[in-house]
Amino acid sequence: MTKITSAQALRQVQEDLKKNFDPSKKLVTICAGTGCRGYGCMKVKEELEAEIKKQNMDVEVRATGCFGFCEKGPLVIVHPEKVFYQQVKVKDVADIIGKTVATGEVVEKLLYRDPNTNQTVLREEDVPFYKKQNRLVFGQNGLIDPTRIEDYLILGGYSALAKTLSDFTPEGVISEVKKAGLRGRGGGGFQAGVKWEGSRKAHGEPKYVIANGDEGDPGAYMDRSLMEGNPHSVLEGMAIGAYAIGASEGYIYVRHEYPLAVLHLTMAIAAAKEAGLLGKNILGTNFSFDIHINKGGGAFVCGESSALFASIEGRAGEPRAKYIHAVERGLWDKPTVLNNVETWANVPLIINKGADWYASIGTEGSKGTKIFSLVGKINNTGLIEVPMGITLREIVYDMGGGIPKGRKFKAVQTGGPSGGCIPESLLDLPVDFDKLYEVGSMMGSGGMIVMDDKSCMVDVARYFLNFLQEESCGKCVPCREGVRRMREILDDICSGKGREGDVELLEHLSIGVADGSLCALGGSAPNPVLSTIKYFREEYDAHIKEHRCPAGVCKALITYSIDAEECTGCTLCSKVCPVDAISGEKKKAHKIDNEKCTRCGACIESCKFDAILVK
Amino acid sequence: MVNMIIDGKNVSAPKDSMLLEVIRGAGISVPTLCAHESVSRSGACRLCVVEIKKGNRTRIVTSCLYGAEEGLIVNTKSDRVLNVRRLVMELLLARCPESEVLQNLAKEMGVEAQTRFVADSDKGKCILCRSCVRVCEEVVGVSAIGLFARGSRKTVGTPFMEQSDACIGCGACVYVCPTNHIVMISTGDKRKIWGRKFKMQDCSKCGKFFAPVDQLKFISKKTGTSMEDLSVCTECR
Amino acid sequence: MKKTANYAAKTREIVKKHGGDKGALIAVLQDIQEAFNYLPKGAMITVSTMMGIPASRVYEVATFYNAFSLNPRGKHIVKICVGTACHVRGASAILDKFEQKLLIKPGETNQDQKFTLELVNCVGACALGPVVVIDTEYHGQMTINKVDKIINEMNKEGAQQ
Repeated sequence: MTKITSAQALRQVQEDLKKNFDPSKKLVTICAGTGCRGYGCMKVKEELEAEIKKQNMDVEVRATGCFGFCEKGPLVIVHPEKVFYQQVKVKDVADIIGKTVATGEVVEKLLYRDPNTNQTVLREEDVPFYKKQNRLVFGQNGLIDPTRIEDYLILGGYSALAKTLSDFTPEGVISEVKKAGLRGRGGGGFQAGVKWEGSRKAHGEPKYVIANGDEGDPGAYMDRSLMEGNPHSVLEGMAIGAYAIGASEGYIYVRHEYPLAVLHLTMAIAAAKEAGLLGKNILGTNFSFDIHINKGGGAFVCGESSALFASIEGRAGEPRAKYIHAVERGLWDKPTVLNNVETWANVPLIINKGADWYASIGTEGSKGTKIFSLVGKINNTGLIEVPMGITLREIVYDMGGGIPKGRKFKAVQTGGPSGGCIPESLLDLPVDFDKLYEVGSMMGSGGMIVMDDKSCMVDVARYFLNFLQEESCGKCVPCREGVRRMREILDDICSGKGREGDVELLEHLSIGVADGSLCALGGSAPNPVLSTIKYFREEYDAHIKEHRCPAGVCKALITYSIDAEECTGCTLCSKVCPVDAISGEKKKAHKIDNEKCTRCGACIESCKFDAILVK
Repeated sequence: MVNMIIDGKNVSAPKDSMLLEVIRGAGISVPTLCAHESVSRSGACRLCVVEIKKGNRTRIVTSCLYGAEEGLIVNTKSDRVLNVRRLVMELLLARCPESEVLQNLAKEMGVEAQTRFVADSDKGKCILCRSCVRVCEEVVGVSAIGLFARGSRKTVGTPFMEQSDACIGCGACVYVCPTNHIVMISTGDKRKIWGRKFKMQDCSKCGKFFAPVDQLKFISKKTGTSMEDLSVCTECR
Repeated sequence: MKKTANYAAKTREIVKKHGGDKGALIAVLQDIQEAFNYLPKGAMITVSTMMGIPASRVYEVATFYNAFSLNPRGKHIVKICVGTACHVRGASAILDKFEQKLLIKPGETNQDQKFTLELVNCVGACALGPVVVIDTEYHGQMTINKVDKIINEMNKEGAQQ
């Protein structure tokens, strides 16, 4: 692409791209996010291309960013009719090309079928999963081939940067972002504009902007999907932020497990530079800005700002006491603004549509939309973008489609390892930064892990403390030693060695660990324990006092048996049992020897008659 | 100078001083294990925490790293503060049950071992205060030791857990270690530390073995002083 | 001896590519790991000398981050996702089964250097959970009984080669 040297020229490029685009022409988009790649979508894509070639058609197949509805991948949309196909396999390709693309005939069996009405749904936007969403930030993902800057430009990409450079002073940008009420999407929910202002005013040169793409909360992958699927939106947001604070250099810190995100960001930076949208004298102005990519080393604690700076500086990611804020002394001790990927991707939107418009979405204290990853024991796993203030119930039931196999909802865990578990009684809670905090959890980066009655809440608490013990940097005593001791007590409880008073001791230790830890990792580490004690105390008591795991998870506290009524004597369970604990004659009810049984679960998995009982 | 209120008393202090010094200057004792005067501070042990109040907001900070500020209200003995300190001591006693230093400090503070914790047997007396690593880097300038791994597996040692070529056997790490964890054995013309044996230099005047040859070589190289001049012990100089 | 020489040459090339900037240490180590599948001690010492970073600091970084392995890894890397979504869907039973099947714990490589077992905190393919990534292939909706099948097949492939 030739260099674009002014805002006017950018408009011209966008116009030309639109002129050359024939909206009536057939186009097949296929979701090529990491999730769908896991389903094998790239083979489907190859097959689509091969079939089109075979049929001698002139149709573009576009591998785009993540559509969000991971449950039903691989996902394909045939444009311009926008026919939405799900769970597409290689063998379905001939039908899609031969029927839908060639003649417009719809392939019924590939349409989404609403389990409640048993009706098929033709278009993406009418699928219940998408209906209540407001995909302002995430919506373009499905239209863009992230390796082509043109796909972003045709949708108006980089207009916000052009507008910023021509219409706004740096202070003007900051006041717009403040007015919009944009809060950081990475965890703390700090006002982005206030951060920017602090950095703008801070002394010290050079200044830096950083996008945190380390996305460490297990179960959260919205930042990856943005970096992978719409990398230019992140770059554009960062460039606007850099102009606002007076930075000429930026970094994107990406989790090393995200190779596709690194690839697409690298390509996007190169393309933006070539087009004059990054680099020296952007759009012919005096503003210059360049972005580097750093691959993280694999450390959850690097989500903490000072640890992240240490990592970019080439050191172990240990946080330091932050009595001087990063906005004044951050990376290389220079004024630095660190926002997470999703926060940056919101910025172009605010500039394009205005702070008032943005602030009209969401709640009193939390503006705009938020992308959540809805995962765990939920029918519709995927990424959803919803206005702040939507209730958990709407998310879990309307979009998520409820709990699989008709099981009972128990809790939703938000905020990652720093967050908490929210019980059924709070399902009508409007989701925003402050409301989640009030109930003992937090927004975090937007992971929502749904749990059913087969999830043990003590085990969940133990899981998170184990995670945090592994991920603690080990610098300060309360976090390094305290989280470990709390986990040891939870280990005891889960293995039937819990003692009277353990719950009170955990609560007591929580206060000291939270108060005494150096950084937010330790400061919030007790949350999973405290919230599960608060809402599921009876499960702790069952483990400690009755040596019983009500959910049937904690191996030391459960026994397997076979329901003689249900068992048909098919012998499958005895074949898969790795320790020969199951015996019985063919066509007669089997028995489990509890001395031998290791409760590995292989028999439960293999039994077609639900005859294995866990108590 | 800035004016603050510490435990109800008006105290003024130089603007660039740290709370720890200001508090101690006011005659109030604050326990610490990782703030050694020879090295920079890390805030690792958390014993020196105090509660500060600015406007309506109170928070717990480490006094060793928090600078004096006009109008700050400091409480060094609030329940929250004492709770953190007690927890830190309980955790360290469980980590290093053999450490007399910790036992004495705990007694002074009125803290007893938490019996619910299973005491460690593999950590020695090391509380990971990092003073040794910092003195080796900042004062000696060789960075022979470091902090490896993370979380509860974190440990101090030489790289690759092998004898370090960078170590000069000076023993500065032993000097700053608050719990006597680091073992250095000097016998006659030999010294052993961090698993490596060092040959000691005998004083060219009195004949006493006074420093590792490697240390003198290091100083010689750094300062340009000849090995001959350095081969005289401090007492004979 | 020859192998050591190869390490040194490749390591020097990697350090030079990054321009010797001390901030590039993590990136340098990542490239070395990619080249050799782990961080050989000799390579770390070369990095220390060439970049002027004390060996203790290089070793600190190498042992701090999960991405680095200090031991040679097997031909196949089996990564069990232990993210929260996979955990509530039974990832720990899958892990137990892999441990039994391969006779190794996470972070270890089996005797014939064929498999290395690793944990990953989340691969963000939660719809596939519990998910196991072997080399680059995703195995979704894992079951205990699938583990035998997968490993047996892979062992068979190896025998044929």
